[in-house]
Amino acid sequence: MLFDVDRVTYRYEGVTAVDNLSLRIPEGSRVALLGANGSGKSTLLRLLDGLIFGQSGAILFRGEELCEEHLSDDAFAFPFRRNVGMVFQNPVVQLFNPTVFDEVAFGPLQLRWPKNEIRHRVSEILDRLRIGHLKDRVPHRLSGGEKKRVALASVLVLDPAVLLLDEPASSLDPRSHSELIDLLVDWGGGAKSVITATHDLGDLVDIADMCFVLDCGRLTAEGRPGDILADRELLERTNLIHAHRHRHGSAELHSHPHVHRDAG
Amino acid sequence: MSGVHSRRRAGFIEHTLEGLRSAMERALYAETAASRRGLLQQLDPRVKVAGVVSLIVSVALAAKLWLIAAVIALAVVLAALSAIPLRSLAGRAWIGVLFFSGTIAAPALFLTPGTYYRGLPITVQGLRTAGYLVLRGEAATTLMLVLVYTTPWMHVLKALRIFRVPVVFVVILGMTCRYILLMLETAHEMFESRKSRTVNAMTPAEQRRLAVASSGVLLGKTLHLSGEVYLAMQARGFRGEVYLLDDFRMRRLDWLALGAFALLASVSIWAGR
Repeated sequence: MLFDVDRVTYRYEGVTAVDNLSLRIPEGSRVALLGANGSGKSTLLRLLDGLIFGQSGAILFRGEELCEEHLSDDAFAFPFRRNVGMVFQNPVVQLFNPTVFDEVAFGPLQLRWPKNEIRHRVSEILDRLRIGHLKDRVPHRLSGGEKKRVALASVLVLDPAVLLLDEPASSLDPRSHSELIDLLVDWGGGAKSVITATHDLGDLVDIADMCFVLDCGRLTAEGRPGDILADRELLERTNLIHAHRHRHGSAELHSHPHVHRDAG
Repeated sequence: MSGVHSRRRAGFIEHTLEGLRSAMERALYAETAASRRGLLQQLDPRVKVAGVVSLIVSVALAAKLWLIAAVIALAVVLAALSAIPLRSLAGRAWIGVLFFSGTIAAPALFLTPGTYYRGLPITVQGLRTAGYLVLRGEAATTLMLVLVYTTPWMHVLKALRIFRVPVVFVVILGMTCRYILLMLETAHEMFESRKSRTVNAMTPAEQRRLAVASSGVLLGKTLHLSGEVYLAMQARGFRGEVYLLDDFRMRRLDWLALGAFALLASVSIWAGR
């Protein structure tokens, strides 16, 4: 089992972001964590990445507990950080180096890869994401879409076995959105695990073969994308779809449930 | 009348935005300057850090004003040979240090007992005390600016680690730099958003309220974003140590420069006794 989340609760500033949550994610699976804003998806990703730790419960990564003690031990931390990469929702927080090239090289340098390999891998991933021409630019001065690509490259360069993505397509234009989905579908030829937190149901079938629906930090439902998408009552209850009034051409004003892309 | 108010409103927010924009430019200026061709840019970062620190120590120990002034002159010569415009040093170091250390030193002019200077209500001893404080501040700041403007920031941090400066100190230095940039960006976005929503004229009282409210929100936002940045660094394996793609290598010029710095610092300490 890749991740085994056992009755984890995480609270901050009086808010329970994850509430007695249990779920299991097998190796090599493509998982979508679905939920409206504030449902606990991002917090769960941070817990899975060992960046924060629950007040109760435990998370096992390949049978070993994710806790501060283990992550301060090089023997555990190095392979874990090498194998698990996370792309944050806001790319700005991932960009803190003077140039794009340095930014992408940051992770491999921390993991002490040989320098020649780092130079080769960084150039390769920049070309693959079509941002090679930005390598000498200051990350803070890039456009929103470019920042997102650099943030993605800074994680993909490590070729992690597990990819944690927090709303990966937010703030991308339609073409970049489509390219990103293609990249995720092809990533690792299906041998890698990809865990995506999203409220965008449009690409669900492409990016996931297993879904967990979160609501107020609790697991509300789990199942295959087709089954989740067919459960209209569940989607409406968890604010993943909603109905509003509109017209199609000159037809009468009417309402029915809608899926919105990049609502947040 | 409304036109006058509009001009005043636009002036306040746009002036703030302009100030933030130039602060961001200044924050990024060092990296640009460090990639220029110049004397100090060619040197190994370890030599520059060791040289600058030894000169600062010599200034701190100096008991002669002329010697501190001579070190400032040396820093200016090094800056000129390293393609750093004197205007940058004046604007970013000299004026600010003169204002802050001058404010702190001013009471010493009147309170230090001694001989009155040319019939004025200040003493010669007070003048000397204030002079030491201001000149030492100017010398240390000028030397540090010369170092930062000729060395990429990450190289400075790595050199500090090589000299066994504790990880926690280097991390704080590195993160402070990132936090400042984040704060400037956040402030810029906040004022742009405010500008887009401001229709009526703002009175001076409203401007003050906006400034106070913005400061509080800005600190909160920056703190949150800074926490996120640190998590993002940890997620990519950051454990506090500084690693670079570039290897530091001592060449003949570096050894010569190291010898010159050592000689200058020794002479300064000896002459400044």
